[in-house]
Amino acid sequence: MSDHPQQHGSPAQDAALGNAQNPWNGTAPEIAAAHATATSRRGFLFKLAVGLNGIVGAVLAVPIVGYLLGPAMKKDEEVNSWVKLGAVNTFPTGQTRLAEYINPVVGPTDGDTAKTACWVRHAEDGNFQVFAINCAHLGCPVRWFEQSKLFLCPCHGGAYYEDGSRASGPPLRGLFEYKHRVESGSLMILAGQLPTSATEACARKAPSIKTDQPDLVQTIADNASADGRSAWKG
Amino acid sequence: MEGLKKAGSSVVKWIELRTGLIAPAEEMANHPTPSSATSWWYVFGSAAMVLLILQVVTGILLALVYSPSASNAWASLQFINHNLPLGWFLRAMHGWGSEFMIAIVLIHMVQVFLFGAYKFPRELTWVAGVFLLLLTLGMAFTGQVLRFDQDAYWGLGIGASISSSIPVIGGPLVHLLLGGPIIGGGTLSRFFALHVFVIPGLLLAFVGLHLLMVLKLGINEWPMPGRIVRKADYQQNYATLTKTTGVPFVPNAAWKDAVFAAAILLAVMACAFCFGPFGPTGVPDPTIIQTAPKPDFFFLWIYAVLAFLPPELETPVLLIAPPLIIGALLLLPFVAGQGEKHWSKRPVAVLVVALIAVTLGTFTQLGLHSPWSPVMEAWSRDPIPESYIERRTPLERRGAMVFQEKQCRNCHSIGGVGGKRGPALDAVATEMTEDQMVRQVLQGGGNMPAYGKALNPSETAALTRYLRTLRGPGLLPARDPSEGIQPQNASHPVAP
Repeated sequence: MSDHPQQHGSPAQDAALGNAQNPWNGTAPEIAAAHATATSRRGFLFKLAVGLNGIVGAVLAVPIVGYLLGPAMKKDEEVNSWVKLGAVNTFPTGQTRLAEYINPVVGPTDGDTAKTACWVRHAEDGNFQVFAINCAHLGCPVRWFEQSKLFLCPCHGGAYYEDGSRASGPPLRGLFEYKHRVESGSLMILAGQLPTSATEACARKAPSIKTDQPDLVQTIADNASADGRSAWKG
Repeated sequence: MEGLKKAGSSVVKWIELRTGLIAPAEEMANHPTPSSATSWWYVFGSAAMVLLILQVVTGILLALVYSPSASNAWASLQFINHNLPLGWFLRAMHGWGSEFMIAIVLIHMVQVFLFGAYKFPRELTWVAGVFLLLLTLGMAFTGQVLRFDQDAYWGLGIGASISSSIPVIGGPLVHLLLGGPIIGGGTLSRFFALHVFVIPGLLLAFVGLHLLMVLKLGINEWPMPGRIVRKADYQQNYATLTKTTGVPFVPNAAWKDAVFAAAILLAVMACAFCFGPFGPTGVPDPTIIQTAPKPDFFFLWIYAVLAFLPPELETPVLLIAPPLIIGALLLLPFVAGQGEKHWSKRPVAVLVVALIAVTLGTFTQLGLHSPWSPVMEAWSRDPIPESYIERRTPLERRGAMVFQEKQCRNCHSIGGVGGKRGPALDAVATEMTEDQMVRQVLQGGGNMPAYGKALNPSETAALTRYLRTLRGPGLLPARDPSEGIQPQNASHPVAP
């Protein structure tokens, strides 16, 4: 246990100040006696106080950690909702067009960032595909090139075919795809979060080769690559 | 004058009695420094601190006006740039100050590494320094986000994509990083809090710790070959050295620090004045997709590494390499805490520095040019040079149009103009026969997409006929050696 030298001048100082009877001073035996009787009680109280603060700290941590982790704790159902992209007839058959929507969860300071773009493909067979704008590699915005029927990424050169499957470059998979449905003449998608490989809950897995596109698969089978590295590997 | 001096000293005494800070400050200023350590090589640490102070001051001044909200941040930066007197200069100083700070911190790190300053008993000083480097880089990244423009927006997307590849916690981590399900207001305000409160607070605390240890342990002596650091006798040897050759830090070493700090501040001001502030570039509107985001200078090497890593290795490398690199830096003084300090006796250390410098320099240089990125506008902007069209048949010219229309030039250059993602095609006909070209175009492979669905047979024929004319002056096209033996195949491509 520490003594408290700061509270008392040295005897020499006291003498110099002429205050041997200074009311602030206890005499040495008095201090020692006080400590002797109080050490265990004060020590115990101090430990108790530390423990109490530990408990208060733990309680305090609950709201702090909860507040901090709040955004991470949201379930997919809480962030995703069905969003209208536009009337079906604004997406002509056989074309791929850029569409925009406002994110279903918008904060007061989101501004332009609440807007999100996506690519809508209305295939010749009438089926829709809605692709995330974000490259499956690192999320840069991919651009559609109608003439070569490719999506190209400006960052590291990822390329995708018109059905969203991987064509070449660093992405390991096809474009992220939104779930969609047509409701009373409007194209709706299930959206709400930035599409990444871990937060694509709004998107369904897009295999590199779609088994429901037999003609494409057949083309590949017919043209099995001779140079060892196939552009089609999954 | 005498009276003034007297009054001054009584004020000092008055403060000293109440704070007790003046005596330790004097002790700090006079702390003995080995005379060899008053060299010009020792000025980088203090210069980094001066730059930190500059960043704090200019940062506070910018925070007077900046609005950390996704809806207003970009406009408030434009306001500082164009409407506020000297606002552009303050922004430029803060931007250039950050570039200089990273550069000086890196130079300081290389210097203390090559001088063996991290060895016993200065291990913790080095460890604090490693944290200071990471915090400085953290400031640079969060600062880039606060410049809330297109690069910042898509840079956040890259950060989110990298985080999402961490197993199990990837998804929640993305939302934690972004402060919500998308990049938006919540993202910017949390990066603002990191950039102006959390990281600067840690930075100042670590600088304090770093300095405290420098003062307690003394400035590292100039290394000499043969002066071996041993835990048993180093401190005694250092005490002897400072006793025999020690000089007070002020003014013997401090004047060089001060001159260099002034030079650096002048350089920052000169760059700010000549080159102006960094951005902001386009509005952070995610529906404007005509953009090719690029990180700031000191992160370009990462951008380049991400382009060159084989796709399958990317995630493992991204997740494993950073902890390994940081771990190696932190463990260095504990693994190599004794022994020679002089660089001439530490060839591995010198080679490691050279290797890292060349690697980072090369990747940064590549990042500046990013040859792996397709040139998205090449097909609609850059015409095929005339010399690549003249004396061609109509079919071949039709092929040149196909070449242009189908965006081939976004990845392949002709006449030096166009993308560099794929090989330049100026002499492609000397390397590939027409049949090989047809196969390559239709099936792709070797990092080229297949064009089987985007080209009809006549387009393919025209394209390959044109490509066959690209072979440079005086060269013959590549020939299939079996041509003369086998019956001639139809050179028309087969529709896929």
